Order: sequence, then C-alpha cells, then structure tokens
Amino acid sequence: MSCNPAIGGLGKGHLVREIDALDGLMGRIADVAGIQFRLLNRKKGPAVRGPRTQADRKLYREAMQAAIAAQANLEVIEGDAFDLQRDGTVITGVVMSDGRILPTQAVVLTTGTFLRGVIHIGSDTVEAGRVGEAPSVGLSATLTSLGLTLGRLKTGTPARLDGRTIDWDAVGRQEADEEPVPFSFMTDLINTPQIACGVTRTVDATHRIIADNITKSAMYSGQITGVGPRYCPSIEDKIVRFGERDGHQIFLEPEGLDDHTVYPNGISTSLPADVQELFIRTIPGLEKVSILQPGYAIEYDHVDPRELTPDLQLKKMPGLFLAGQINGTTGYEEAAAQGLVAGLNAARHAAGLASHMFSRTDSYIGVMVDDLTSRGVTEPYRMFTSRAEYRLSLRADNADIRLTPTGINLGLVGDARRARFDHYVSEMDRGRTILQGVSLTPKEARAHNIRLNEDGQRRRGYDLLSYPDITMSVVSAVWPELRSLAPKVAEALEIEAGYAVYLDRQNADIQAVQRDEDRKIPEEFDFTGISGLSNELRLKLERMKPRNIAQAAKVDGMTPAALALLISLVKKRDISSREMRVS
Amino acid sequence: MTDHDTIFALSSGANPSGVAVIRISGPAAFHAAGFLVENLPRKRAMVLRSIRRRNKDLIDSGLVLVFPGPASFTGEDCLELQVHGSRAVVNAIFAELRELGLRPAEPGEFTQRAFNNGKLDLVEVEGLGDLISAETEMQRRLAIEQSAGGLSRRYHEWATALTRARALIEAELDFADEDDVPGSVSDQVWADVARIAEEIDRQIIATEKAGSVRDAFKVVILGPPNAGKSSFLNALVERDVAIVTEIAGTTRDVIEVDLDLDGFLVRFSDTAGLRETADLVEQEGIRRARKAADQADLVLLLEEIDSSPQQFPEIGPDRPLLRIGTKADKYAPSDNRFDFCLSVTSGEGLDRIRQAIIERARENWSSIASLGAGRLRHVGHLQKASNFLQEALKGTQLDLRAESLRLAADSLGRITGRVDVEDMLDVIFSEFCIGK
Repeated sequence: MSCNPAIGGLGKGHLVREIDALDGLMGRIADVAGIQFRLLNRKKGPAVRGPRTQADRKLYREAMQAAIAAQANLEVIEGDAFDLQRDGTVITGVVMSDGRILPTQAVVLTTGTFLRGVIHIGSDTVEAGRVGEAPSVGLSATLTSLGLTLGRLKTGTPARLDGRTIDWDAVGRQEADEEPVPFSFMTDLINTPQIACGVTRTVDATHRIIADNITKSAMYSGQITGVGPRYCPSIEDKIVRFGERDGHQIFLEPEGLDDHTVYPNGISTSLPADVQELFIRTIPGLEKVSILQPGYAIEYDHVDPRELTPDLQLKKMPGLFLAGQINGTTGYEEAAAQGLVAGLNAARHAAGLASHMFSRTDSYIGVMVDDLTSRGVTEPYRMFTSRAEYRLSLRADNADIRLTPTGINLGLVGDARRARFDHYVSEMDRGRTILQGVSLTPKEARAHNIRLNEDGQRRRGYDLLSYPDITMSVVSAVWPELRSLAPKVAEALEIEAGYAVYLDRQNADIQAVQRDEDRKIPEEFDFTGISGLSNELRLKLERMKPRNIAQAAKVDGMTPAALALLISLVKKRDISSREMRVS
Repeated sequence: MTDHDTIFALSSGANPSGVAVIRISGPAAFHAAGFLVENLPRKRAMVLRSIRRRNKDLIDSGLVLVFPGPASFTGEDCLELQVHGSRAVVNAIFAELRELGLRPAEPGEFTQRAFNNGKLDLVEVEGLGDLISAETEMQRRLAIEQSAGGLSRRYHEWATALTRARALIEAELDFADEDDVPGSVSDQVWADVARIAEEIDRQIIATEKAGSVRDAFKVVILGPPNAGKSSFLNALVERDVAIVTEIAGTTRDVIEVDLDLDGFLVRFSDTAGLRETADLVEQEGIRRARKAADQADLVLLLEEIDSSPQQFPEIGPDRPLLRIGTKADKYAPSDNRFDFCLSVTSGEGLDRIRQAIIERARENWSSIASLGAGRLRHVGHLQKASNFLQEALKGTQLDLRAESLRLAADSLGRITGRVDVEDMLDVIFSEFCIGK
C-alpha cells in the first residue's frame, strides 16, 4: 500500500463487500489489519452506509501474503515483467527482464502507477513507480506497439511524519467506532486493537507559505501534464481554489500499531521538500515535527479503458486483461474489484469458458466496469455511491445475497463460505416466512405500543418493518418467535423489508434498462451522419460507439428526443436493409 | 407508408383564400415539378413561374420555392408552390401531381419525415403540430412559445435547480467524512426543492388550463327553461343554430358553436333548461348541461328579469359566472342581481356581453401565456416529478429522499434530457473542497 493505508469508505466499502461476497481476500484481510473501524453514514440509511477502516500497513501485508501463500494451486513468481510474447494477436507468454519466458494463454496486467511513472517534488523529477522503486518502461512500449490509446494521469501523496515528534495533546482526536463492524461475511469479531487518529487544521500562516511558493510546485510550474482527481486535490489546489476557507482539515493517521510513521491525510503536495517542512510546521501540533519522507506528485500512463470489453480484456489483444490504475482508476478497492473481474475472466479465458460480465443492475463492480468501458475516464476514477443508479438495491448489507450465488456458480467460493452462506440464506428464509405469516390490526398494535393508522387493516410483520420507527426489536416483542433469529439475520431482514416498496419500483427500472440493452445498434452504424443531433453529441456517440440503446442513453447530453431519433433511425435502417435483402 | 414516396399537401388554410401554399417533399419532388414548371432552379431559390399542365395549358402563375435536401424542412428535397388560393387552381395542380405518381400526405406526415430525418426534436414537433393546427391567433402565440424554446427554457431551469439540490444531498451522502461538507447542507436544499415542486405544480395547472386555449375558451349557457338561452346563442352567432320555440324544454342536448371573438376561439354550449322534469330525454339533457358546466371556463346564467330568484346547484361555487337578465324589452330592470340585461329583440346588451366574454377569454389567456403551455405528454412527466418531489420533502431517511429526488430528476429528464452523475459531481467539486 503506497497511499494512506485505509480500506473502504463510501462507495469503496461497497466494493470491498462485493469482493468479499465473491470470496475475495480484501475484506477478510482488512478485518485482521484494521485499526480504526468506522461505519460512515450510519444515520443516513443502510443503502449509503460505508464501512471503512485504517489498516496497519505491516499487519495487512503479512496477512495478505500469508493468505496468498496458503492458496492452493497458486505459484507466485517474482520478477520484472518486461514484454509480452505474442503470436499475431494471440498472447503466448510473458517475457521477464531477466530473460525468462513464462508461457501462458492469459495475462492480467496491473501496473499501478508504474507505467512510465515520474515522481515530482518541486522541480525535481525521478523516474519511479513509487518512492524507491523503478518504473516500468518496457511494458509502456509494448502497449504502445499494440496501437492502444494511452492517457496520462496524476496523483499525489503527502509527506510522512514521525509520530514521536507530533504534539498529540495539541490536536483533536477521532475515535474508532465502539463496536467495529467487520467487512467480511466470514468475520464475527474484530480482535485487532483500535486506535484514534489526530485531527488538526491548516492556518493562515500555512496558506501564506503555500501561496508564496506556489510557482515552485510541480503542479503549478507547468511541469506536470497529467490530470489529477478533483476529489483528492493537493493542498496547493485547495489554497488556490478555496483559499478563503478558514483552514483545511488534516487527519493524522498512524500507519500501524507499532509504526511511528504518520500519514497526514489532507495535505498531499508537490512543493519542494524545504517548503513542505516550512508549511507543515505552521500547523498546530506539528510545530516540531520531523518529516520522514517528503510528499510528491506522480504521473503515470494509463490505457483508455474504452479499449476493453466489460470482462476487462483488451479488444485488440484477446487474452490480455488489464486491472487497476492502468485502466484510469484510483484506490485499492477499485483496483481489487477490477483484479477480481480480470482474474476471473483470465482464468475462464484460459479454460476456454465464456467471460462473466457484471451488470450495473447487480453490483458496484458492474457499475464501475460499465462506466470505465463505455465512457472512459477524464480523471482518476473513484467509486461514489451516487454513480450507482440502483443504489437502494446495491447495498453493503446485501452484497452476499446479491453475489455469493454467482460466485458459487463461477467456482469462486470456497467450502467454508458456502456452508455459512447456505445457513444464512435458510435463516433469512425462515425469518421472512415468519414475518410474512404473522399480522395484527391497528387495535392489537396499540396494545404493543405501536401506533398505526386506525383503518382496521391487518398488517403483516414484514410490512410493519417498512415504517421508519418500527424496528425488528419492536416486532420481536409482538412475535417472540422472531427472537431466535441471529442478530445479523434480523438486521438484514429489517433492512430488506424497509426497502421493499422502493425495490418494486427499482425493479421496473431495471427491467426497462435490460430492455434497452436488448435493442442493438449495428456495429457499422454511422453516428456522424445523423442530422438533428448537435455536433457534440454526434462526436460523443461516434467515439463511444454504443452497441445498444441502454449504452447510448448514457452518453452525456443525450435527450429522450435524441434517443427517440436514434431509435427511429436504427429501426428505419433495419427496415431498409431488410427491404434490400428482399428485393 | 414509406419515406420513399413523394408527398404533397396544401399547407395553407382552406380555400378560397388569398394565397394557397402547396408543399411537395420527397425524392421525386424536383423531377415531378419539372413537368409543371419550366426552368426549375435546382438550388435554394424563390422564383416567379408559370405553372402549367403537362399539355402546357396554363393553370396559374405563382412563386416557386426550392429547398434541396438535406437543408430543408423535412430533410428531403422540398418544393413550395405559392399560387392563388382558388379551389380550382389547387385542385388542378393536385390532379397533375397525382398523375405524376405523387400522393397526398397523411396528416402530420411532413412533420413525421422532419423528425425521422433529425430536423426536429420531440418538443419542437409537438409545438409545430399545434402551430399547424392553430385556429386562431392566440393558439398561434402559445404554439410559437413552445416551438421557440420558451417552455424548454423553463424546464431546463428546473432541471438545473434540481441538479444542484441533488448535488448537495449527494455530497452529504458521498462525502460525509469530509470536513468541508457540513452535515446541514440539506436544510437549504429542501427549501429549493419545495419551490421547484410548487413551480411545477403551477405549470401543471397552467398546462391543463392551456387546453382551453388550444381547444377553445368554453362558455356554457345555463338557465331555467325558456329563459332565452337559445335565442341568445342565435343572436350571438347571427344565424339560427338552435331551435327556438315558446315551449319550455325545447333544447334537449348540448348544442356547441365555435366563434372567433377578437382572435379568441370561443366555444358556446347551449344547454337544456334546468328544471325538475319526468321526461327521461330532458333529464339526460339536464345531466349533460351540468357536465358541461363543470368543464366551463365561463358560465352564463340566463334568467328572465322578472323571474323569482332561484338557486342553481348545478353551478359550482368556484365557476366564473356572469348573470344575465333576459327579455329586457319586456320588463323594466327590477333588481341588481344581474351583471347584464339583454334583449335579443332590440339587441340591447348584446355587445356588452360579447365584450365581457372577450375580456374573460383574454384574462384566461394572459394567466397562462406567462407560463406557456406544455403538452399532455409533459403533464404526465411533470406530475410524476412533482409527486416524487413531494415524497422527497416528506421523507425521513436521507438515502430514500435522495432516491425520490433522483426519480424526480429522471421524470423531468424525460422532457429535458438526462442529467448525468458527472453533472452532479461537477457541482459538488466546484462548491466543496473535497479531499482529505
């Protein structure tokens, strides 16, 4: 982990839950290594709850490596992959920089920020994938030779501080949740000790130093050409764009239980090292801090993800799969989710099986892959819950129900999870059956202190749970047989019933999308020839080349009128080509 | 019906009239016209030409406008003949065109082709449809407002306001852990949402009202039997449209007459006299009178000046109403319960009543002209948007309220075009300093 060692968050936490539901490792490892669990948006509704934790860097690494080593039928070969061996457009192997050749039918490339990576600290530049590690130059040339469109992105990281030199009494504290909620379906309890983070802010003096030295920043000197993410701006960006604010918040995150390194979250920068020291020491609590390693900006190449099919396979080089930052994304969770899609499908490719595609309607994984492959990226792509139009159905709490059956069918899920899942499902069914079988009148409800509309209507236990203030514990007081349900099952049922009404509506939407997905646009359809659309829209359509109406509907600026036009043209074209065949 | 046919139609109103405009569109438009018009220009032009039968007999002379596709109204090769508006001329030209293998256009077919060829968007098509069928000046003005994007502008303003509202809510959901996003941003949002909902509701009402301009301003004449309702109608129309006798209960059904009063299309409905009756047919007539009154933009209540005052439960309390005392030539005005007194015999009061009706039609028009009129298609989507906004306003759980807002935006987007998640992120990142 080269950025701050945190896992999960809003949108990202959903991805971790989905990876876990497919028996991926990330959630389980984070449960072992997590040292500050916090469930975000606890009060804003289950659909937008985001589990998050900071991880102990060392614990995470050790647990991950142990899990990989324990995986049957997996051999880890370490080395620098330099080139790909090809036979025409078919992958035949990986060429290592030491000359070894690893023969294979499928390759997953996960280059992180290493593709022609360049680190910027002030005016200094170093070719590197991250601090102290050489970039990958050979593979960039390989990808260029395949005729792929490459783009350049930028990301940044703050200085690392020595925690022993921070005045912890002078800063605020952010505690972990009292009852940490684990990521994994397989974890019952978090045993790792939990810590607090420090909280401090920039002050006027900080802003002044940064403003005075802004031209020395690699980002403002014109030295960096890559596009950085708007949601993760450097402190220079914050000052330039929002300078008038009374300080910007900084979280002081210890990188581990027995590690002195502290990650000051919120002040990533590409200013020269001496300026960094100057401005950091104006911050309350950091007056005497010593810097272990200066912050930097890093630029790297990525492949335009529209070069990929939704199984993350290159259209131009079947058998070659890409995952992670190489596809223009940022974040461990986004990378891990793509790794799962690419790895799963690389294995299926090698075995001669059809790819498995995730859909926007079943997972955040599907949302991300669809966003990437149909729209490309203009900045490093990060998951947000607002990207998921079916947010109410794609929840962290039901990730297992949504995806574990798929995982079982695909052979991804191990025996232990399968057994636990089967039991969980049967308990859910049992609980649901009880809730849907019992009912009471408003009068009977009043005897239990439940206030309902006095309409004489009987209501089922299941329906009662859709009232905002009626919880499972209220319902269990009426029907004690519900008390035998495990807390996890009870909570899941409470959430499920609460959303039932909304989900009916969402299901209708989902069906409409699936119908549009079935309305195909012929591959050779000429979008540039459509008059009546704006030039901009025509160009966007031509670039994106939607293959069905659902994809076309997602093009920016698409209107229903434009879509109606497109549908009528596609239909017309269909008819005339049929007529031509007849005549 | 395919677009390969070349079609023609009379684009101007009914003949006889000053000028008749004949439109021809399709692949054979120029070829066919070449037989009727010598020396036809092949590029965009307007020329004066003789129009002849194929046997060279002169039909008429007129202006010929040439619009080569795709830069034409339908996107196809188009031609317009502006000739004298006589039935004989137009019929002769139509006969020639038919002989040449062209066919008369189906209703709306020109517009349909324009749409198929990407010349119009849906809103424009609808506005244009109304423009074509505009029977009066007022309808024309409403139709033009929609066609020229006045309506679209209002929809887009809502869409923009709603996008901003959603962005603030989404910021609270997606960036809850950010210092710069205060937990209370949503408070200011809900006031905006309430305002949008209110404006949409007003638009829905206006759109429904606009129906009366498109379908005419509806005036229903009510009153007891033999009050002189039918006589009044005949006097207004200046011809006998309703049977008038001395026998009470003569008018059994609702008689409708359209009049153009000062540019306003006004539909008068003469109804059966209101009274207790055992006659089944008359009862039905009274039921219909009541129904017409329910949908009226204006009710004229006619009573003989000398009659004893009566209650008319048929007239809803909120119906705009004018009370008219009739047979003013027979009686001296007795009390002031009437807005107007009328004698169809002497013509007394008729003009003032006519003016009053025009005044009401004008008021009705101006109350909706400022809002513009959407089509029924819009009303459906607007109603949905409004319902979802209300749901969002009443909700308690933020993720569900956000979902209601999303659905409201989707409904509105079916009129204005889709608002993308990127649009929302743009707002979020420009308003808040996101990023730890």
